[in-house]
Amino acid sequence: MATFEFLLQGLLVAAQPMNLLYALIGVTLGTAVGVLPGIGPALTVALLLPVTYRLDPGGSLIMFAGIYYGGMYGGSTTSILLNTPGESASIVTALEGNKMARAGRGGPALATAAIGSFVAGLIATLGLAFIAPYIVKLALVFGPREYFALMVLAFVTVSSAFGDSTLRGLTSLFVGLALSIIGIDQLTGQARLSFGVPELLDGIEVTTLAVAMFAIGETLYIAAQGDKGPDKVEAVRGSIWMSAADWARSWKAWLRGTFIGFPIGAMPAGGAEIGTFLSYAAEKRLTKHPEEFGNGAIEGVAGPEAANNASAAGTLVPLLTLGLPTTATAAIMLAGFQQYGLQPGPLLFATNPQLVWGLIASLLIANFMLLVLNLPLIGLWVKLLTVPKPWLYAGILLFATLGTIGANPSVYELGMLLAFGLLGYAMRIFGYPIAPVVVGLILGPLAEQQLRRALAISQGDYSVLFTSPIAAVLLIIAAAALIVPLILRARGRGEVLSQLAANED
Amino acid sequence: MKHIFLATILAGAMSLPAVAADYTIIAPANPGGGWDQTARSLQTVMQQEGISGNVQVQNVPGAGGTIGLAQFASQQKGNPNALIVGGYVMVGAILTNKSPVTLKDVTPIARLTGEYEAVVVPASSEIKTMGDLVEALKKDPGAVSWAGGSAGGTDHIAVGLIAKAAGVDPTKINYIAYSGGGEALAAILGSQVTAGVSGYGEFESQVKAGTLRLLAVSSAERIAGVDAPTLKEAGVDVVVENWRMVAAAPGLSDEQKAAVSADIEKLAKSAGWQEVLKTKGWQDSYLAGDAFNVQLDKDVAATEGVLKDIGLVK
Repeated sequence: MATFEFLLQGLLVAAQPMNLLYALIGVTLGTAVGVLPGIGPALTVALLLPVTYRLDPGGSLIMFAGIYYGGMYGGSTTSILLNTPGESASIVTALEGNKMARAGRGGPALATAAIGSFVAGLIATLGLAFIAPYIVKLALVFGPREYFALMVLAFVTVSSAFGDSTLRGLTSLFVGLALSIIGIDQLTGQARLSFGVPELLDGIEVTTLAVAMFAIGETLYIAAQGDKGPDKVEAVRGSIWMSAADWARSWKAWLRGTFIGFPIGAMPAGGAEIGTFLSYAAEKRLTKHPEEFGNGAIEGVAGPEAANNASAAGTLVPLLTLGLPTTATAAIMLAGFQQYGLQPGPLLFATNPQLVWGLIASLLIANFMLLVLNLPLIGLWVKLLTVPKPWLYAGILLFATLGTIGANPSVYELGMLLAFGLLGYAMRIFGYPIAPVVVGLILGPLAEQQLRRALAISQGDYSVLFTSPIAAVLLIIAAAALIVPLILRARGRGEVLSQLAANED
Repeated sequence: MKHIFLATILAGAMSLPAVAADYTIIAPANPGGGWDQTARSLQTVMQQEGISGNVQVQNVPGAGGTIGLAQFASQQKGNPNALIVGGYVMVGAILTNKSPVTLKDVTPIARLTGEYEAVVVPASSEIKTMGDLVEALKKDPGAVSWAGGSAGGTDHIAVGLIAKAAGVDPTKINYIAYSGGGEALAAILGSQVTAGVSGYGEFESQVKAGTLRLLAVSSAERIAGVDAPTLKEAGVDVVVENWRMVAAAPGLSDEQKAAVSADIEKLAKSAGWQEVLKTKGWQDSYLAGDAFNVQLDKDVAATEGVLKDIGLVK
């Protein structure tokens, strides 16, 4: 019961008019900065942290929570409208979201993202409040071999989920894997494929690749088509609000996204992107409208958006219960907490209950403010699409470049942005999907490092990969996901599969 | 209401005395890490104490700080208002990455903070003392896995030194590098590895909560309030300190250098900075002028030796 009392007390403090105003300012600032491509939540929070220093602890914590959630949300707006992900966790959102925006359904896409983020944020924040200590125990059981099994599962499900041709999807994935090898090998400190260029030592920045592939590649593609390009983008077709059918298709995706995103965010080596990949793959498998995937399926926006917000709250689990900052954003939040003498760690819930519950209440309030701010703005955002094409794409180029330079001021970074933009353009022309390249770049190093760590700890004994129960179960699921459709297809040339799909209705 | 808020911020900003230089501080790392936190703390205190009216922090991440260092040395040459944060990890990164730009190419001003390394094991481990750990290491170096930060960093160097002092071949150590202290901590707590090495601050709250057992710290003397022997007392003759420093641009005149040094000295002695050191758990290791340069040379030579022993630098 004490939990409830503390939470209510926190909510009462956070709901004071002045504090609500701070929350609104935080959310507005966070969204505004987060919208810039290449500037993710980490940099947003770092840039805006000093603003909160001038307030009392309560107000500043609330504004801080607003900035965090605002920054997380800002990235998805540009993903949907401009096909320019603001950060790696909203890459998947661009896949279906941008297709929807082009078909005049930008309103529902933004709405399902905003409401999905709210629902996921709400459930995950409550999860943080009530089950954090248990979740964290589960997360600690995950060692290198369990992570490796999880990565294998992610590879299998993800590579089948993008694009129509498995071969083309895999080709793109391997381009990404090849790019992921570039840079200092984390386990030995030796440089690989950097050709003596110091800027390549840290590998290729995910946001640079994503912005280049999506935004620059797209711009080149549109420009190259000239007047013969596709018909003018329709800004609004039908209502800008979600229809009953949209609601019906979204709510399950939100919940699934939340339950996928939260535990993965809570794992010390999880990260928000993996949750979004798995959620997208799950939605694509479970949908009753498979033909819409790739052409703007609302589940493909709802699920991953819920997953990335849920994992943002999940990140706070190891941060508050163990003092483990598992992402750059969490590390900055840690710095933010320290100014109030709040030392995250196993004793935090016992020694500083007011501040912890104040923070959790602030997150709930900030989450709510995000919805209040963004739903009315959808009408305005969608107008962006009515901007004439040459101006719109010039603007995208400008923001993509500014964002990249802002995050990492270097000539090489700009060069990479352009080079990968050209690659994205070429892949579009030849019909190769873009997203698996980015997926490969993100998952490749994780899988490689975890495998090598597992083998280093076992001193080269491969059997450890299968002897842990969790790893074994994950690998069996991965194998099933790979083999079962093959067998079914071989036996009935796909008839069994379509039969199954038909039975579901 | 919004105006009142903005007015507060503006008034706050204007009330700072407008003095001397407007500094730009390069943090050669991503937001959130130790150098970023050092740079942002410098920013806050310099403005608070009126040492500088306007301080900007710029992140230039990459390759253990060597990207930021190279950019700083070439772009800020002769600029008396530019500073860069760096430290022990940068010394190692310059060597392992064969960086063409070294600390000789900038103007080191002062060492500011220090953090000692701690050796820990999970509370459930059979290893009770540093002696037990050394024993296990001597028996089979490969069977003792160590979790810590990036390869070639302070944690890795500390393990190499421990092995060497214990008479074990440093190339045989089984060091598992993690991208950050956080991930390494999770691996130690989950008993995925035998032992962990990182800055004491990373482990402090876990040690106090009794989930980790602190075997030893890498300081020369016992640290007040920390209940653990030094490595030396435990029979392993190793002292390691992960220090952080601030440097100015190359090509400054003697007057310019003196002005920057004076500003940094004022900062290091200020109450605001002492407060920062306390909240962040950093040791005050302020050392400037010739004494710092001599120490720096010593550290570079020693680090090179260890990295060669571990086999990371040929």
